[in-house]
Amino acid sequence: MPITEHAGAKLWQRRTTGRQFAIWFGWLLGVALFLYCWKQISDVTTWYFFWDAPRIAGDIGGRMVPPRWSYIDKLWVPLWDTLNIATLGTALAIVMAVPVAFMAARNTTPSATLIRPIALLIIVSSRSINSLIWALLLVSIIGPGILAGTIAIGLRSIGFIAKLLYEAIEEIDKNQVEAISATGASRWQGMAYGIMPQIAPAFAGITVFRWDINIRESTVLGLVGAGGIGLQLQSSLNVLAWPQVTLILITILIAVLFSEWVSAKVRHAII
Amino acid sequence: MSDTGFDAQDLARRWRPPPLIASARLRWLLGLGAAIYFALAIGTLEVNWLRIYEGLDRGWAFVIAFTDPDFSTRWIDIRDGLIESLVMTVTSTVIGIAISIPIAFGAARNIAPLPVYLLCRAIIAVSRSLQEIIIAIFFVAIFGFGPLAGVLTLSFATIGFLSKLLAEDIEDIDKGQAEAVRATGARWLQLMNYGIQPQVMPRLIGLSLYRLDINFRESAVVGLVGAGGIGATLNTAFDRYEFDTAAAILISIIGIVMIAEYSSGLIRARVQ
Repeated sequence: MPITEHAGAKLWQRRTTGRQFAIWFGWLLGVALFLYCWKQISDVTTWYFFWDAPRIAGDIGGRMVPPRWSYIDKLWVPLWDTLNIATLGTALAIVMAVPVAFMAARNTTPSATLIRPIALLIIVSSRSINSLIWALLLVSIIGPGILAGTIAIGLRSIGFIAKLLYEAIEEIDKNQVEAISATGASRWQGMAYGIMPQIAPAFAGITVFRWDINIRESTVLGLVGAGGIGLQLQSSLNVLAWPQVTLILITILIAVLFSEWVSAKVRHAII
Repeated sequence: MSDTGFDAQDLARRWRPPPLIASARLRWLLGLGAAIYFALAIGTLEVNWLRIYEGLDRGWAFVIAFTDPDFSTRWIDIRDGLIESLVMTVTSTVIGIAISIPIAFGAARNIAPLPVYLLCRAIIAVSRSLQEIIIAIFFVAIFGFGPLAGVLTLSFATIGFLSKLLAEDIEDIDKGQAEAVRATGARWLQLMNYGIQPQVMPRLIGLSLYRLDINFRESAVVGLVGAGGIGATLNTAFDRYEFDTAAAILISIIGIVMIAEYSSGLIRARVQ
């Protein structure tokens, strides 16, 4: 503990002078970095538009109310598509994520030096790229439509499900697996009877949680042409039909709240 | 053994693992419902096999492009886009944290009065329920094209994330320490500074680093609607079917995210 003599009295300080300087210097660097970044942003910004923003916001706000309620008739099918994209995408992700999770978990991977890094790379790639970018990619490969959205959601969800699942696999009770293999069970039987029952609740929870996120994400996939209610949002925005935009946003909000409610209920029932 | 009526082999053969859902009727009903739903849902997919067949070449070209990404042709665009994304990430995370901290204090039930609590919780709920991309569309419409709209979008999204998790951490603090500080006659600000802030600091640093990571990933997306960053470059690359350039951008994003995750893991391990 640094203590200095100060006019005859001993003075306690929390840090040594050197450390205090190091921290101060760290803050200086941080602030300098922030100011530099802010300068970069500021240089390419037309500040006139910024100061004009409240008026524009008021203008758009004024155009957005009241919502065009009659437009709801055209939203039922896209809403159904959105639900399908999220659900089928989650199902697709599960099929791909479970093997990846088993390959990535330290205690079940066939080879820690070769296969585990590949599985981890799959997980990080899937997680780093947003579903909108996956959708953009798939739309340019297989054309616009629900299928592109479904596969995009599927690819995006692999990382999330596999990561949480392999962490759950690594935390299992080893004794149960050993007990199963002591009966002469094969590797697959050990997985089915020793590991699966232990991770089933976590797995169900993760799946429902991801489904909830996927509903949220699939509502905007249409912005890049991958189907769902986002298509309607995009076309309404393109023709500046603000009352329709309001109604679509309300619909999306209700869908998101509904999926959150469902997922909370199901997780509550499982865990 | 037959006189005891106990046949171990027979029992073992008839044993089945206990099902996840105990009620047989509910189990069958759920299974049937799921089957019907999936049949209906897959029916709506409208798969255009011809289009997919044509797309296979392009998909394969993309996979090939990943093994041979083209950084050089559009190097200037990629570099500028990535730098802009990074700049947006830093700015929006700092602004987001600066706004989140007061809101987090307001949203913690144990230190905030009820009206403040409700207001802050409402702000968090709004920020969390709106998708980044939708906010970005509105901010672009309001503030004009460019990275400022992106920065504001990401800052706004940061508020919902950081305030909520930080508020939960503040609600979980050890009350004894705060009371001890209060007992010395500390004012409200001193109580926050010495009684509460040290307890939540490790979590705040961890969350901030995590959010920095998320903001970088999201900054690649907001560019799709004109809010700056690497997204615009990526979108153009896809539109022109320049898969090798797109692959280069995606590899850069993945690489930066991996570096960020690894280094934030190191820092978090040190502070926690």
